Amino acid sequence: MKVPFSWLKQYVDIDITAQELEEKLFGCGFEVEELIDLGGGIDKVVVGVVTEATPLEGTHLFVCKVDCGEYGKDIQILTGAPNVYAGMHTPAALDGSTLPGGVKIKARPMRGIPSNGMLCSGEELGLNDDLFPGAEVYGLMDLPKDTVPGTPIQDVVGLNDYIFDISITANRPDCQSVLGMAREVAAVLDKPLKMPATDYTPSGFVDESLDITVEAPDLCPRYLGHYVRNITPSQSPAWMRRHLALCGLRSISNVVDITNYVMLEIGQPMHAFDMDTLESHRIIVRRAAEGEKIVTLDEKEFTLSNQNLVICDGHKPVALAGVMGGLNSEIKDTTTQLLFEAAKFARDSVRKTARGLGQNTDSSSHFEKGICEYTTELGMARALHLIEELGCGEITSTSFDVSAGAPRTGKQFAASVSGINAILGIDVPTEEVLRILKALCFEVELAADGDTMNVVAPRWREDIEIGEPDLAEEVIREYGYEHIVPTFLKKATVTTGGWNAVQKNHIKTKRTMCTQGYTEASTMAFYSDAELDALHIAADAPERNVIRILNPISSNLTIMRPLIVPSLLNVVVENLKRGNAAGRLFELANIYIPKQIPVTELPEERLHLGFAAFGKDEDFFKMKGAVEVLGEAFGLHFDVERAADVAWLHPGIAAYVLCDGERIGMFGKLANDVTAELKLPKDSRANQVIFLGEIDYVKMMAHVKGSFRYQPISEHPAVQRDLALVVDEAMTCGEIVAVMKKACKQLDSVELFDIYRSEQLGKDKKSMAFRLNFVPADKALEPADVDKFVKKVLNNLKFNLGIEMR
Amino acid sequence: MEEQIKVLRQQMEEALAAVSSKDELAAFWQAYLGKNGSIAALMKGLGKVDKEQRPVMGKVINQFKAEAEEKYQAMREKMEAAELEAANRSEQVDITMPATRVSAGALHPLTLVKNQIVDVFAGMGFEIFEGPEIEDDDHNFTRLNVAKNHPARDMQDTFYVAEDIVLRTHTSGAQIRVMDAQQPPIKILAPGRVFRSDSDATHSPMFHQMEGLVVDKNITLCDLQGMLDKFVQAMFGEGIRTRLRPSYFPFTEPSVEVDVSCFECGGKGCGLCKGTGWIEVLGGGIVHHKVLENCGIDPNVYSGFAFGIGIERITMLKYGINNIGLLFENDLRFLKQFQE
Repeated sequence: MKVPFSWLKQYVDIDITAQELEEKLFGCGFEVEELIDLGGGIDKVVVGVVTEATPLEGTHLFVCKVDCGEYGKDIQILTGAPNVYAGMHTPAALDGSTLPGGVKIKARPMRGIPSNGMLCSGEELGLNDDLFPGAEVYGLMDLPKDTVPGTPIQDVVGLNDYIFDISITANRPDCQSVLGMAREVAAVLDKPLKMPATDYTPSGFVDESLDITVEAPDLCPRYLGHYVRNITPSQSPAWMRRHLALCGLRSISNVVDITNYVMLEIGQPMHAFDMDTLESHRIIVRRAAEGEKIVTLDEKEFTLSNQNLVICDGHKPVALAGVMGGLNSEIKDTTTQLLFEAAKFARDSVRKTARGLGQNTDSSSHFEKGICEYTTELGMARALHLIEELGCGEITSTSFDVSAGAPRTGKQFAASVSGINAILGIDVPTEEVLRILKALCFEVELAADGDTMNVVAPRWREDIEIGEPDLAEEVIREYGYEHIVPTFLKKATVTTGGWNAVQKNHIKTKRTMCTQGYTEASTMAFYSDAELDALHIAADAPERNVIRILNPISSNLTIMRPLIVPSLLNVVVENLKRGNAAGRLFELANIYIPKQIPVTELPEERLHLGFAAFGKDEDFFKMKGAVEVLGEAFGLHFDVERAADVAWLHPGIAAYVLCDGERIGMFGKLANDVTAELKLPKDSRANQVIFLGEIDYVKMMAHVKGSFRYQPISEHPAVQRDLALVVDEAMTCGEIVAVMKKACKQLDSVELFDIYRSEQLGKDKKSMAFRLNFVPADKALEPADVDKFVKKVLNNLKFNLGIEMR
Repeated sequence: MEEQIKVLRQQMEEALAAVSSKDELAAFWQAYLGKNGSIAALMKGLGKVDKEQRPVMGKVINQFKAEAEEKYQAMREKMEAAELEAANRSEQVDITMPATRVSAGALHPLTLVKNQIVDVFAGMGFEIFEGPEIEDDDHNFTRLNVAKNHPARDMQDTFYVAEDIVLRTHTSGAQIRVMDAQQPPIKILAPGRVFRSDSDATHSPMFHQMEGLVVDKNITLCDLQGMLDKFVQAMFGEGIRTRLRPSYFPFTEPSVEVDVSCFECGGKGCGLCKGTGWIEVLGGGIVHHKVLENCGIDPNVYSGFAFGIGIERITMLKYGINNIGLLFENDLRFLKQFQE
């Protein structure tokens, strides 16, 4: 919120600089986002007195001699401004000066005649008539004759001012005004607050015909109306126009300016209706009828619903409550009588209307943050005072105050100094506590025990809710957070902490993946249907049952992901595009499974482990190895089963991962048709080798045994034997190994170590060489024992698979 | 016989000098020192020598044998040394060639920082709690003292998946879940993903927070600052200080913003701290009485503090990352720089 320094000074005697005040405000909870030095962009521009102005023959120029005080009594400056005259006091930008917007002025000849600067118009100084009367005159600014040559121009034209752009936290809507900030400034400087005048004298005239009713008190808990007649529209006084201009508002006419002024000063959005346009002389505050229409002041038409609160006359809406007035009841130059409105509208209602219709205004912003009824009363009184002060109308005795009955006193509660100090952990002296609370306009009565207090909060402090904690915050922000002395839980119970077993396993999983060369990725938990389309996931696949975000931030982040791999594929593609030709990635993150669509209860969040490997050296078995190592890390043995039916995997190079017979995931080469559609540079597409996998982490961890006991190791050495078998091409390694293992319980492991094909072997045949590892049970193996075992293995192979030894 | 030995010695020395391979050396052994070698033959010939002379000659022959063996051994060692040297020379590699390596992957910087933060607080007795990422209105807002029409709901642009179900906007909902399940003393840390409808150089629609909550008897604002001092010193170095300043969160009262003294310039003012000497790192405060009451904890008996740390913020500060986008692009050249 923008607060001019000069305006603040009307309510508090501020005897420190703007920069010092910025520090003070920061300390008590008001961060100044920007301290704008109004004349900061201007340098070496001073008051000059034109002593001579001689027309330069044949041109429109004047050769002037200018008295710039200490900068030179007789500076020659040329100007083209027709209004220059000898004796004129006008802004002179000297050689080497700067104008707003960074414009540099240098001495240079014009038509061969030296000109040592520039005489300025108001516009060139960034001024307008509202900021400084006369600034918009055509040509040079004609400054008052009492200005002293050589004075910096900022001091003369009101540019020696600052604007505080203050960030106000959501709990302090009472500070959304110059007065609101002035209260805080008075408190932090411990100075008295000078309240703006709110007195006025009604004329005694009464119009019995006027009536105001509020049909929706839930949306409008307070509505004040006051009838003002005999309006004499004219320009507002300079001080008012200047204040409006400093806050970025244009002056329109006295009556309209008063409404804006009160909003800036008091924080109460005001509205004025042209009485002549109000049919039946009635105001009704009600919900809009479905389909009802209104054209607002900015000539936009809106179709309303019963979500919207409207102010109506006897027949039609004349304002969108708290947002903007209607065009039909607008104050015009011809307006002679009006009705002032100051109201409290419900925050939620105004927000919904403003957001719903896309009509956000200064007024709606104030109401959304919250207006208290104190402000409403003060705003109306101030507006009427200004009518009187400006002499622009007759304040009649016809006024209305429609209230839903909220109490008109501040919150009252008991508290204690010791209670406040118990929260803070330090001992703020009682007199300091009292001083601070009183400076913040709390009424405080200290009981005889010197500790308990009866406290009444100011009416505008609706954020004060529960007592001591609120007061503790008020006290410490004024007393200073630097008084807090860091302590380390000196009175707290000792507890144990750290990751639990499940969380430790997450970390172990991640570290295991790292040992296998996989780097952890962090991707968004949402993507869009396009990601599932890209993986060719069927429209009726279970993964299509997704949670949709009702208000997505963009069209590519619309669904909560049902799979991790699409995110990782995006990462792979992005890396390839950036020239990272190879890599391995994983992510351990939740997928989201709705219990029903549309969602009516919290969905299931399930941890999945997604992984990807890409680059010319990657192959199926490298990824298989990583998956096996992951299992081993948790004492699990994984088997594989051909996965020919996963849309995004190559049907011949993909496997389901089985753990104790249960499918817990899948991995393999990205399907050729999916790969072909990836948005990659054309020339590189054919070379892309991408492997992807995803494991249901929850399923996997369910197989992990709770406790671990070591297996005794045999005292006798293991014995190896090699076998070479010629088998049909279609025979899988897994089938052969399974049959071998069934044959003999001493056969501990079988490893395929060679495979070859040749013409001699014949078409559709291959030779496979296995190393069999026999582990003895209770006694050392004799060669005869091993021969016996091998024979059993061979018999089994022959009997079950028809395989003969080579 | 002496003459015979003399000749044989000469022959032996010449033969040994001529040996140039291990095979020849073996042949030499056979010829002189073997069972049927010349020296053995000499021994056999001893029988023909005079009885008196025999012991003397025997000694001479044995001496000769020992001499031959010694020479043989010396030659053998010399040859083996030469052989080893030759082998070493031929097997030599260019040690400056690139290494062959199994390149380990790396944990994501957000994970690293999360783990570091947890380590600090775990040592202070904090347990780790992970709540749901999709949360109901009640836990995310209402019971945290953010009522339906509360302006704080405007501060956060919330993603909705149903009228009363949201993608959690903060990890603060964990406070409610923990206090529902557990009576004080409570010390928990709740890390996790959070979501807000915001995206630019410093905002990502998904990011990570870490909520901390302590509820016990006699907990004060001084304790909050004391604990956070320990935290920032562990993360950013000894000598780092915190500064509290007033702020507003609906679920804490008083609420504070916590700044740390700039670890880049030591507080003198630099680009990182924008000349102020301080860097904003987190928010916190004394747990709001209403929040305690909403969880069935008596605020007249217990008090507590809560704080929320932005993990991205800490990560970016710690590693000098200036764009949050880098943390989610997952460029391997970026990710692989982060080793534990």
